[in-house]
Amino acid sequence: MAFRDDMRRVRAIVWKDLTTERRSKAGFNAVASLGVTILVLFGFALGPDAQALRDAAAGALWLAVLFAGVLAFNRSYQVELDGGALEALLLYPGSRWAIFAGKVLANLIFVTAMLVIVVAVGLVLFQVTVPEDWGKIIGIMMLGVIGLVLLGTFYAAMSSRSRAREVLLPLLLYPMLIPVLLASMEATKAFLRGDLMNQAGAWAQMLGAFDVIFLVATFLAFEYVIEV
Amino acid sequence: MINSVQKSAPLLAPDLALDARGVARRFGARWVLRGVNLQVRAGEIVGLLGHNGCGKSTLLRIVATLLKPSAGDAYVFGANVKTEGDDVRRNIGFFAHVPGLYDDLTARENLAFAATMLGLPSADIDAALERVGLTHVTHERVRGFSAGMQRRLSLARLVLQRPRFLLLDEPYNNLDTAGIALMNGFIRELGNAGGAALIVVHDLATATPVLERTVTIREGRIAPATPDDAAHLAGSPEASVVPSGAAGIS
Repeated sequence: MAFRDDMRRVRAIVWKDLTTERRSKAGFNAVASLGVTILVLFGFALGPDAQALRDAAAGALWLAVLFAGVLAFNRSYQVELDGGALEALLLYPGSRWAIFAGKVLANLIFVTAMLVIVVAVGLVLFQVTVPEDWGKIIGIMMLGVIGLVLLGTFYAAMSSRSRAREVLLPLLLYPMLIPVLLASMEATKAFLRGDLMNQAGAWAQMLGAFDVIFLVATFLAFEYVIEV
Repeated sequence: MINSVQKSAPLLAPDLALDARGVARRFGARWVLRGVNLQVRAGEIVGLLGHNGCGKSTLLRIVATLLKPSAGDAYVFGANVKTEGDDVRRNIGFFAHVPGLYDDLTARENLAFAATMLGLPSADIDAALERVGLTHVTHERVRGFSAGMQRRLSLARLVLQRPRFLLLDEPYNNLDTAGIALMNGFIRELGNAGGAALIVVHDLATATPVLERTVTIREGRIAPATPDDAAHLAGSPEASVVPSGAAGIS
């Protein structure tokens, strides 16, 4: 019964976050624009060499998602801080993990939507041919996004009470994301090159393992970081 | 639920909405509260007075489980605020300085979200909006509301929740005369139904009609009432009287 109540709260938080985001629009437009801008800047930096662009595509794509994602994570708690809604949220009875789960799911949908735009632009800009087993590359990307969103949502909660949260979040998040980012980039790169050395599977397994570790750790620790 | 909580704290009187024992809190090196002892009985409406920065809001936030005390314990209907936060939150309604609403949701959606989070049926939302006089803006976004309307919507959330113990932090701010009457009516109704309230007030005259007693925080502790406090209460014909005729909370 309690679990069902918590699941109802999770759904309510997802609905609330997505509805406020859909209506304000500013957040998604800004985040997606930043992601695309970073890709374009990488394109300019690498020059017109098609092979160089293709080689750098995976790295550029994940860095664009990372930098734009930080904006999204900060914003997901900014909505709560405006008008003191975070305190109201914390005053509702029920498990704290329900708040975190709701935030993670809403951010997952948000970042995935942003990823679709960034990937579409990246494919054109970096002259990447879509591999035949594109289903696997989508799987890799989702594993990467799950790791990014879990840690991003967790550290955004941790830094949300700080006045310097915009600076604090990247400082906390980027070092912790190195394994996820590395595994995501290497797995994506391997797939884009046809996975001739059968490396992608190993990177994907590592990515899955990181996701499980981060999932357990963040859900267990959330209650303590959100308390004052 | 309450029975099981009372078993874990057998020394507590069962009719105490709040039992604060030596509650202290410091921010950095500065002690804001230095050992507050305060009891509020079920059905009692208590005003909390004190100068700016004396720790009134801090005490309320500790009781609401938003802050942890640095020392001491507080119990809400027998549940310890440090270790049984969820049981405390099931009994309290907190009315803060800020409205705690979502600007891009409508008035009705804000209440529907609160109802879902509280595990309450959404059938009472319209009645709550009608009670606070916001039926004409039910489907409008909160972003366009005045400060007073936002306070009324926060009050509607409490009406929907019907908590056993109200914690009100300067609840009359930004409310017009009708809004103040609504607030006082709700507090009276809660008191008549056996609920309790602890109200941080600066303008004592506004709250006097509902207050049964006041306590003052001075130098981090509960201080004896001064003649000024007594004069304020004595000046109101309704003071120390629990008004009759108000509908009870079902």
